[in-house]
Amino acid sequence: MLDPRISIINKRLSNIDKIIVISSGKGGVGKSLIASTLALMLAQKGFKTGLFDLDFTSPTTHVVLGAKNIRPIEDKGIVPPEIHGIKYMSLIFYLGDQVSPLRGTDLSNAFLELLAITRWGNLDFLVIDMPPGISDLMLDVLKYIKKANFLIVTSPSKMAFETVRKLINLLKSLKAPITGVIENMKMDDSTYIKYEVESLGEKFLGEIHFDVKVEYALGNVSNLLETKFARELEIIMLRIK
Amino acid sequence: MHEWALAESVILTVSQIAEKEGLKEVRNVQLRLGELQQVDKKILKFALSQMRSGKLRNAKFTIRTVKAKFMCRSCNHKWFLREVKVKDEIRESIHFIPEVAYAYLRCPKCGSPDFEILRGRGLWIMGIKGVK
Repeated sequence: MLDPRISIINKRLSNIDKIIVISSGKGGVGKSLIASTLALMLAQKGFKTGLFDLDFTSPTTHVVLGAKNIRPIEDKGIVPPEIHGIKYMSLIFYLGDQVSPLRGTDLSNAFLELLAITRWGNLDFLVIDMPPGISDLMLDVLKYIKKANFLIVTSPSKMAFETVRKLINLLKSLKAPITGVIENMKMDDSTYIKYEVESLGEKFLGEIHFDVKVEYALGNVSNLLETKFARELEIIMLRIK
Repeated sequence: MHEWALAESVILTVSQIAEKEGLKEVRNVQLRLGELQQVDKKILKFALSQMRSGKLRNAKFTIRTVKAKFMCRSCNHKWFLREVKVKDEIRESIHFIPEVAYAYLRCPKCGSPDFEILRGRGLWIMGIKGVK
């Protein structure tokens, strides 16, 4: 008994130059905001960019992008719709306002199904927004997306970094490429995260200060890209390219 | 059409197996198709016939459909997809991503969203017959 979806995944991702997986392990650190804004900035710089929201139970990248009234096109699979120059895929297209209470196996099945039928075409970058937790979908990404580069986000909190440290150790033990760590929502001049990241032998990419204006810019990408948050992320983006 | 993406994945997988097993020609491929996704069997068969080539050029595809059956994890009630009314737009969403069923379907007995798909999900390759 064979699952035919597995073989096609590599083919579906074969014309993507770089896959950046925005991950943390911890929730509430700004993964979706960073994933969406990074995708927007890459697209604005002329790169062919895709954004794939893997947070199947609580997707939110559509809120950041202000994505309304768009749907994938059916064409020998599904072709992601474009918004602000980004090819965008999220389970939200099929969920609407419905809650999606999925258990582990079902999360994996939804992941495989979307990977198997989504036709991304040629991309310079595919940005993947991961859900919180180091469980099914993290293991699936590690198993099925061989080209994944992990860009890790943490908040300044020791509580967040407690999980981030475990994620880094897991990725290192599996020899999965780590692009580096971003410290998001920084509110003071503590060097705790930088020190801890560098102690683990990983690259500290930089810090993004807490910006109260971001909340008011959600859904309006022009305003979002003018925030201090976006300017600081852009500096980091130039370091990781 | 989603059926073409499914057919493409079947052709690719069977081709890889045929290569690995040293088959000169694939004669028959047995597929099991879950009802939940509402895949159009005729379109799937047509797509398979159009996409087959190389070692699969003469392959026949036998497709057996399996009824979708669920079990509630809360009250253990079992039911079939055919017993519940599902709107067309919801069927279309489930067609692409069967797990969307968890967002829309509920146990008809107790209303719980915590149920299991016992059978009738997805497309599976059950057997490949060929000549070495």
